[in-house]
Amino acid sequence: MTEFEPKIIAFCCHYCALAAADVAGKTGLQFSPNIRIIRVLCTGKIEVPHLLKAFESGADGVVVISCKFGECYFKEGNFRAQKKVERAQSLLQEAGLKPERLLFDFVPGPGAKKFVDILNGMTERVRSLGPNPSVH
Amino acid sequence: MIVAERKPFSEILSMVEDYSRILVVGCGSCVTICMAGGEEEVKILSSQLRLAFKKNKKDIEVEEAMALRQCDDEYMNNPELINKVKKADIVISMACGIGVQHATAFFNRIITDKPIKIVPGLNTTFMGANLDVGVWEERCVGCGDCVLEKTGGICPITRCAKSLLNGPCGGSSNGKCEINKETDCAWHLIIERLEALGELDRIKPIEMYKDWRPSHDGGPRKIIREDMRI
Amino acid sequence: MKSGSNLERLLEKGEFVVTGELGPPKGTDVDVVKKKASMLKGNVDAVNITDNQTAIVRMSSIAAAKVLIDEGLEPNMQMVARDRNRIAMMSDLFGANALGIRNMLCLSGDHQTFGNHPEAKNVFDIDSIQMIYMVKTMRDEHKVICGDEIEGDFKMFIGAACNPFADPFRYRVHRLAKKVEAGVDFIQTQCIYDMKRFKEFMKQVVDMGLHEKCKILAGVTPLKSVGMARYMAANVSGIIIPEEMIARLKGAGKGNVATEGIKILCEQMQELKETEGIAGIHLMAIEWEHRVPEIMEMAGFLPRPKP
Repeated sequence: MTEFEPKIIAFCCHYCALAAADVAGKTGLQFSPNIRIIRVLCTGKIEVPHLLKAFESGADGVVVISCKFGECYFKEGNFRAQKKVERAQSLLQEAGLKPERLLFDFVPGPGAKKFVDILNGMTERVRSLGPNPSVH
Repeated sequence: MIVAERKPFSEILSMVEDYSRILVVGCGSCVTICMAGGEEEVKILSSQLRLAFKKNKKDIEVEEAMALRQCDDEYMNNPELINKVKKADIVISMACGIGVQHATAFFNRIITDKPIKIVPGLNTTFMGANLDVGVWEERCVGCGDCVLEKTGGICPITRCAKSLLNGPCGGSSNGKCEINKETDCAWHLIIERLEALGELDRIKPIEMYKDWRPSHDGGPRKIIREDMRI
Repeated sequence: MKSGSNLERLLEKGEFVVTGELGPPKGTDVDVVKKKASMLKGNVDAVNITDNQTAIVRMSSIAAAKVLIDEGLEPNMQMVARDRNRIAMMSDLFGANALGIRNMLCLSGDHQTFGNHPEAKNVFDIDSIQMIYMVKTMRDEHKVICGDEIEGDFKMFIGAACNPFADPFRYRVHRLAKKVEAGVDFIQTQCIYDMKRFKEFMKQVVDMGLHEKCKILAGVTPLKSVGMARYMAANVSGIIIPEEMIARLKGAGKGNVATEGIKILCEQMQELKETEGIAGIHLMAIEWEHRVPEIMEMAGFLPRPKP
């Protein structure tokens, strides 16, 4: 039996996480091919329904990667993103999904190593949680 | 505006779990502004319901819709919405209590081949003001006989926990109400405002018994404006 | 005479009166009322019967007041606006009057969130000032609110509360003036610990001549322990306890705090007696009824004048 390969959606900030992804690609740092990256101009633009919709559409885990606090290009977008993630976590829990399937994290500047660590860590975490029970 | 908040998910789930086609209808007025029953909240509740049902291996359809005002026929009388209501086994109204009742009356009048069941997705909490992002506070109980001209624009019926007309009571402490330290003493505010206006003498005569008939105590209220009726 | 009550008669005679207080039981046990009454009998001139104080369900003040009458004491029945609308109030007042109750205290009432049924709906149809006016109309014009004549006699000595320690301080005397205008005969104040603020308040009262239009009884409560003092200062709105007083209690040392509390109380009672505009003391012993005889003796307030 093959090991469960979780489908993960990573909402990535254009200014930090995306830059980190570029550096990761150029320096040969690897992350799971099942991770879909969605570029957003600012994580503050992500709304709660987007996060829930990702799970409805088949994601086993969702991660939102923003800039470090104090480094948001739009000042407070990452604070907003964190609040929305927290709200979505409690909404998921109400619907019977483990809130750990949704993660908020940040990377500094083009921090390729941290970026890849977040994604790999998320893959491991979701692998141990198992498939999204609302899809499979 | 009318301020509401969403009911707990488990309560909503228990209302609809025996049905297979669910329609969630939001309302585009007060509850959109107070972020309890607008388009975004319809999407969220619908997503939650789909996730919960799928997890429990239930094959259930959750549709989404909006009406600009569920308290007015004009904004519900649209064929697309009526069609969605017709197809549903149960409708969750994300409007205030007025919207839930009015939608029930409206759709049961328009759709005659089957009764339409509409359940509330929100708790209607109060008529209040938006003090800051995400903060609302009660301002009016709709007593039907406004006294704000005497009390410096601060309502003692609504904002005094005892609705005193000759306050403040002995529980007023440092500008706060005895019921908790987060609640302002309405009469403290009234006195300060009237002092600033140089009108403190306004509250020195005894305010006599209130006639509660224009309030809910006189029974359900109704207004008919003959000048508006053709 | 407005009511013919002992309290009214003594105050009219210019006697310095003392009223006590009795909280009815949280049930039907009449013996609790009788026992407390026996401790107060002969030591005070009238006894307040609280009306579900702090919104905790207790035997009704009317019933407990009647038990007191049967025991040979004079009750001062409290009535709160929290639990009754004007219909129930007037009806209960007829009943109280028929049972021989001749003194009453008109109160707003503690909000039900403090009590053992915070989920209850409150009434607050009329407030305490309107209640005073209502009772005065019933007594002096012999009419209920709507104007209908009252069948039979209605006599009542009308009291109300006043809290000089609530805020805003500068407005408190004006609220008292409203109670006077509404027709109050006597006032009992909230527990006094901060004598400085109280005297400041009384100066305003005297300047406005309010003490000549109603009799003012100064409220006092013994401090039983340092913990109680601290709790009341922090949690009971409208109670101010000066730090020096708490320090004095503490200084008395273990085992002597209660005695020191009583000593402070007796000194206060003496000081209040000398204060201009004060016609008596309202002694709220709060579950210390058994110590009332001792307090009254020590304060030099015994024997009480004959009814």
